[in-house]
Amino acid sequence: MKKIVVVGASLAGLRCAEALRREGFTGALRIVGAEVHLPYDRPPLSKEFLSGEFEEDRLALRTEPYEELNADLILGQRAQSLSLEARSIALASGEKLDFDGLVIATGAAPRTLPIADGISGVMTLRTLEDAVRLKGALVARKRICVIGAGFIGSEVAATARGLGLDVTVLEAGDQPMLRGVGPIIGETLAGLHRSNGVDLRTAVKIESLEQIGESVRVNITGESSLECDLVLLAVGAAPVTQWLEGSGLALDDGVVCDATLLAAPGVVCAGDVARWPNPLFDGESMRVEHWTNAVEQGVHAARRLLSDDESAPAFSTVPFVWSEQYGIKIQAAGRFSGEDRMEVVHRGTDDSRFVAIFERRGRISGVIGFSEPRRVMQYRRLIGTGTPFDEALAASL
Amino acid sequence: MKILVNFDLCKSNAVCMASAPEIFEVRDDGYLYILQEAPDETHRAAVEEAVRLCPTRAITVEDQAL
Repeated sequence: MKKIVVVGASLAGLRCAEALRREGFTGALRIVGAEVHLPYDRPPLSKEFLSGEFEEDRLALRTEPYEELNADLILGQRAQSLSLEARSIALASGEKLDFDGLVIATGAAPRTLPIADGISGVMTLRTLEDAVRLKGALVARKRICVIGAGFIGSEVAATARGLGLDVTVLEAGDQPMLRGVGPIIGETLAGLHRSNGVDLRTAVKIESLEQIGESVRVNITGESSLECDLVLLAVGAAPVTQWLEGSGLALDDGVVCDATLLAAPGVVCAGDVARWPNPLFDGESMRVEHWTNAVEQGVHAARRLLSDDESAPAFSTVPFVWSEQYGIKIQAAGRFSGEDRMEVVHRGTDDSRFVAIFERRGRISGVIGFSEPRRVMQYRRLIGTGTPFDEALAASL
Repeated sequence: MKILVNFDLCKSNAVCMASAPEIFEVRDDGYLYILQEAPDETHRAAVEEAVRLCPTRAITVEDQAL
C-alpha cells in the first residue's frame, strides 16, 4: 500500500493516521478535514470550553509535532464524492486524491428540525465555531431554552446554570440523557437537573418557534409558550455520509462495515460514521458516537487497512460514555434499556453516587454509575468477558 | 518506561484502569493511584492503550535513556 487518504480530521481520523504510522506505514498519507482547524477535542465544547475554564489551546488533540506524523493535512476542504472504481475521492474544490487505502472518518453533524428554519436565535453545537458563538450568547443573554436532553443538551444546560442563566430544557422523551433507561435512573437524571434549578419538561411536543425581535418564543403543544433569548437545538446527530451516496458503499444510518470495520476492499471506517456488527453483543449492528469508540476504532481501522484479509480480527468493544454535570461524573457502558432487568449494586449515602447493572440473555450487558468510576470500569470488564449476570451481582465490586 | 500522570488534568474517569488494571487504580476517594510507576515492558501495549484512551490526555510515558 503506497497511498492512504484519511477523510475526516477529528478524533477518529487523527488517531487512525497516528496508528498507521505506528504500525509501519511509510507511504504517502493525506488527511482531509472539512474544518479549517487542526484536530481538536469536542467534549470540552459543551463543558470546560463553554464555561470559560479552558481556552482554545487546551483543545489540541495532538501535542507532538505534526511533522513527526509526516502527513499532508488538507484542511477546510470537504470531501464531495468517492469513486471506488477510480480509487479516488473528489474534494469540494474539484481536486481529486488517489488512494490505495481509504479511511472514512467523517463523523456526524447535528440534526435540525424544520420548525427551526429561519429562526436566528437557534444554535446547534458541534464545532469550535458553534461553541464560540454559543459561549458569546451565554455571556450576553439571560434565558436559554435547550431542545433535547441528550448528552449535549444536558451538558450545555448544566454549564449555562453554572453561568447563572435561566435554563429550560424541553425533551420529547420521558426522561433526559440516557433515553429509554427506565424510570428509576430516569428519575435520578431528571432530579439532578431539577435540583440544580433547571426547568426540565419531559414528554413535550414543540409546535413552533417564533423569532420576536431579540427573543425566541417556543410554542409547546398543550402548554403555555415560553420566551427565551436563545435556543440550543440538541436533538442528536446524523452521520456525514451524503458524499458517499452513489459510491456503491452500503449506507444505512452510517457506512455499513463488516465486523472488522471494512466497508469495501481497501476501505475502512472509524468513529461516528461507522456501522458494524459488534461480536461482544451477539453481532448487534451498532453505530457509536462516543469519544472512546472513535479512538478505539481509529486504531483498529488502521490495523485492518494494513493487514491481510484472513488474519483480520473483528472490532469488539463495550461502548463507554462519560459526562460531567453539576460536579457529578455520569458514566455508562454497554447496552441497557428500561426493558432489561436492572439491579442497583451500590448506593452512596445520597443519590449522587450509585451503580446499576443490566441483564440481557443471562449476562451483564450494561452498567451506569454516578461518580463511581472504579466500579463502572470493573463492571465494564465483566461485560466484555460475557460474565453471567448472577456472577456479576455476586461480585460485589 | 516511566509513567507520568498530570494530576491537574486527570478527572478520574478510570478508563486507564480498564486498559491497564495492574498499573492504574481509581479508588473510592475518587483519585487515581499509580500502582507501578516503572512497569516492565510486558505492560507496554496496555499502558499505551491507556495513554490513547485517556479522555483528558493526562498520562504520558517516558522512556528512560539507555
